Amino acid sequence: MSDGNVILTCKDLSLGYENITLVTGLDLEIRKGEYWCITGENGTGKSTLMKTVLGLRPALHGEVIWSDEAGKSGIGYLPQQTDVQRDFPASVSEVVLSGCQGSLGFRPFYSKEAKERASLNMKRMDIYDLRRRCYRELSGGQQQRVLLARALCATGDVLIMDEPVAALDPKVTEEMYELIRKLNKEDKITIIMVTHDPDAPSRFATHELRFGSEVTKHVY
Amino acid sequence: MFTKLAEYLQFPFVRYALIVGVLIALCSSLLGVTLVLKRFSFIGDGLSHVAFGAMAIASVMNLSNDMLLVMPVTIICAVILLAAGRRAKVRGDAAIAMLSVSALALGYLIMNIFSTSANLTGDVCSTLFGSTLILTLSQSEVILCIVVSLIVVALFVMFYNRIFAVTFDEDFARTAGTNAGVYNVIIAIIIATIIVLAMNLVGSLLISALVIFPALSAMRVFKSFLKVTVCSAIVSVVCTLTGMIISILCGTPVGSTIVAADIVVYAGFVAAGRLASKRE
Repeated sequence: MSDGNVILTCKDLSLGYENITLVTGLDLEIRKGEYWCITGENGTGKSTLMKTVLGLRPALHGEVIWSDEAGKSGIGYLPQQTDVQRDFPASVSEVVLSGCQGSLGFRPFYSKEAKERASLNMKRMDIYDLRRRCYRELSGGQQQRVLLARALCATGDVLIMDEPVAALDPKVTEEMYELIRKLNKEDKITIIMVTHDPDAPSRFATHELRFGSEVTKHVY
Repeated sequence: MFTKLAEYLQFPFVRYALIVGVLIALCSSLLGVTLVLKRFSFIGDGLSHVAFGAMAIASVMNLSNDMLLVMPVTIICAVILLAAGRRAKVRGDAAIAMLSVSALALGYLIMNIFSTSANLTGDVCSTLFGSTLILTLSQSEVILCIVVSLIVVALFVMFYNRIFAVTFDEDFARTAGTNAGVYNVIIAIIIATIIVLAMNLVGSLLISALVIFPALSAMRVFKSFLKVTVCSAIVSVVCTLTGMIISILCGTPVGSTIVAADIVVYAGFVAAGRLASKRE
């Protein structure tokens, strides 16, 4: 599995907030097709690493380098739900289509290709029949699939997920894991997943990055 | 009643007032959903008090066109509130409350100390509650209002998809390559412009109603962002027109009548929403 091209490199990365440093000297190489789980207690820097890698917050020190390939195809991000979304009046297709916003360029409206890509990803996630429904009225599992379809509109290669099964019941959790596994195995999408599930790494991942008093890497 | 209305419509100032009213209603409803969801429902109040403070300074300085001062000051405050909101030490409702009372107090203070007008209380009251101000618009003011409204609507349509994306999920928008900061500034500029325009119609105290009521009504019934936006624009225009016509015919205050119409329509939409969800 690890013969793919390197798509993400972190060099001597330090993470933290203004006055608190959580992690120093983190080196990381993620290759195409790998499945990474990022685990560890709350407040050890998992989410900070993810946000730094996504460019949502600056690194205290060091570099995050995306390969040209990944930069071109975009990065799919599956964030945790926010309060705003819980009462947002938006239909499923509007939410999924917003995943194509990177391809808007200077045009004000979505192109035909973008709309087709959105339909395709809705079918892929098995939510095409729900496309006219209101996002806030869906079940937790359905909402996650909508957000996953949106993330897939933004990328062909890399998905970064922030606790994708956090609020789901066991049955829906398994379905979600199966979907993610399929995306990784069949579509060769690189997965980087922050998770609290202690069993997830050994069951699905090729690699684990474990945050604690120090950061350790494990290969499965 | 219709003959009486037709009689009033003969006067150009009545026609001007109706045109301006409809345009302001249309513009002010557009960003309602965004503001409600970002927990900025009171931004209308806050910014209009800022505009009031700026107007007080402008009138003391004897500026010929107070818009030159009011507009930039309001826009700057809107940008500070909306764009820097996430990183600010005081934010959300607290920031709005702070800004709004300070501007109101300082504005009134300045007017009190330096004012040359004999009817100070009257001036303040009409700025706050809106007044017959809208019936005294000159032709050039009407043209200015039409131009600004058209620009606001055009900007909104052009950035519609980005505004949706940034409101629904700002972090995702950033990772997908959208410059969320820029669009937050654009949203702030649009809302500040609308508020300065709307002050003429309903006065600064009632602007919040004009901004949020149509959006809240539409959100009760419709389920997609596009439908909610279109519906709130229609609701806003209809309520404003009804309110203005009633106030012309019965001599009631314009702003309060419009808000009363909004309340009635909101109640109607709540009932309709309940019915629709029962049927499902």
